[in-house]
Amino acid sequence: MDFNGHKPIYLQIYDHVCERILSGEFRSGDRVMSVRELGVELGVNPNTIMRAFERLQMKEIIATKRGIGFYVCDDAKEKILSEQKKEFLENEIPEFLKKMELYGITIEEVMNMFSLRSKM
Amino acid sequence: MIKINNLDFAYKNTQVFKNISLEFQKGNIYGLLGENGVGKTTLLKLICGLQKPQHGSVTVDGLTPSMRQPELLQNVYFLPEEVITEDTTPEKFIQKIGCFYPRYDFALFNKLMGELEVDLSKKFNELSHGQKKKALLACAMSLQTDYLFLDEPTNGLDIPSKALFRQVISRYCSNETTIIISTHQVKDVENLIDPIVILDKDDVLMNASFAEITDKIYFEYGPERIQNAYYTEMLPGGYINVMPNTEHLESNVNIEALFNAVMKNKETIKNLMK
Repeated sequence: MDFNGHKPIYLQIYDHVCERILSGEFRSGDRVMSVRELGVELGVNPNTIMRAFERLQMKEIIATKRGIGFYVCDDAKEKILSEQKKEFLENEIPEFLKKMELYGITIEEVMNMFSLRSKM
Repeated sequence: MIKINNLDFAYKNTQVFKNISLEFQKGNIYGLLGENGVGKTTLLKLICGLQKPQHGSVTVDGLTPSMRQPELLQNVYFLPEEVITEDTTPEKFIQKIGCFYPRYDFALFNKLMGELEVDLSKKFNELSHGQKKKALLACAMSLQTDYLFLDEPTNGLDIPSKALFRQVISRYCSNETTIIISTHQVKDVENLIDPIVILDKDDVLMNASFAEITDKIYFEYGPERIQNAYYTEMLPGGYINVMPNTEHLESNVNIEALFNAVMKNKETIKNLMK
């Protein structure tokens, strides 16, 4: 895993676990690796992993069961996608619109590209 | 827990610590940072009983290291920066000292030597510098003490070994352990050390976790230099600006930039983090 410099590491680890759930590596009801296992795999401070897991728990993507550890919640995938969608609409779209304006790209051009893409 | 209270320490005519107090809590991997000669190694020596405070106190789990009680010493290991060159194999060395440490595990030693890819058949004086460092690290970790102090542990390690180092240290860390890594090579231990302790001449400038640091300090990566930042540095593709976190934003600690910011604004940041 490559960390980038801008985002707090615990959030990058949060994203990393979400990606592994979206990819199907961890399915609903599956046990996720322990804080310790992921810490060793990534060579990261276990307290940082714990912080990421606490956020995953708060967002009800994973939950803990006594004796089992962390497992993936039922509708984890849907929750991740809806959170990512929200993030996309709130952060990436405004950035996208700003760039359209800067480069003088019209909505028609974008619509055109969009309709070409859907025909493929 | 390690408690240091109003500690004074000097070598002959050179004052190293003047009335410093700080604590190290278990369950953490501390990064001990500071410019050359500020006393990082001396602090580690004081904590493991190799030096004695002239004033004030150092206690580890309530015991005084300089009294050198076996009860404490069997639970502490200090791996110095200087590499020993004994005419013996790491295996014989660990079998010799292992008996002093109740949780010493020879199988773990062999496992670590394998993971770190050190040749078991060679004597210390036949190993390269990096190989010696890794052999000594395997020795230190196989003793399984709750207190593990490493002085510049990544010096001389090749690139793959540095990643292995982070992995084995992460595995070593538990709720009971206190690991202190003194280093100048912050890139080698990035994402591993947290909290950060920054020493200065006679003083402690910072002892804070990443969460505490980013609560007060914001690391901005952007296209321009920001006036009134604690510290600004040009990076490929822009600038990193270290500034007060007035808008409660989340950011990622850049340890080098943090260190430089603290050195340039000693009193301001010391007061900010109180």
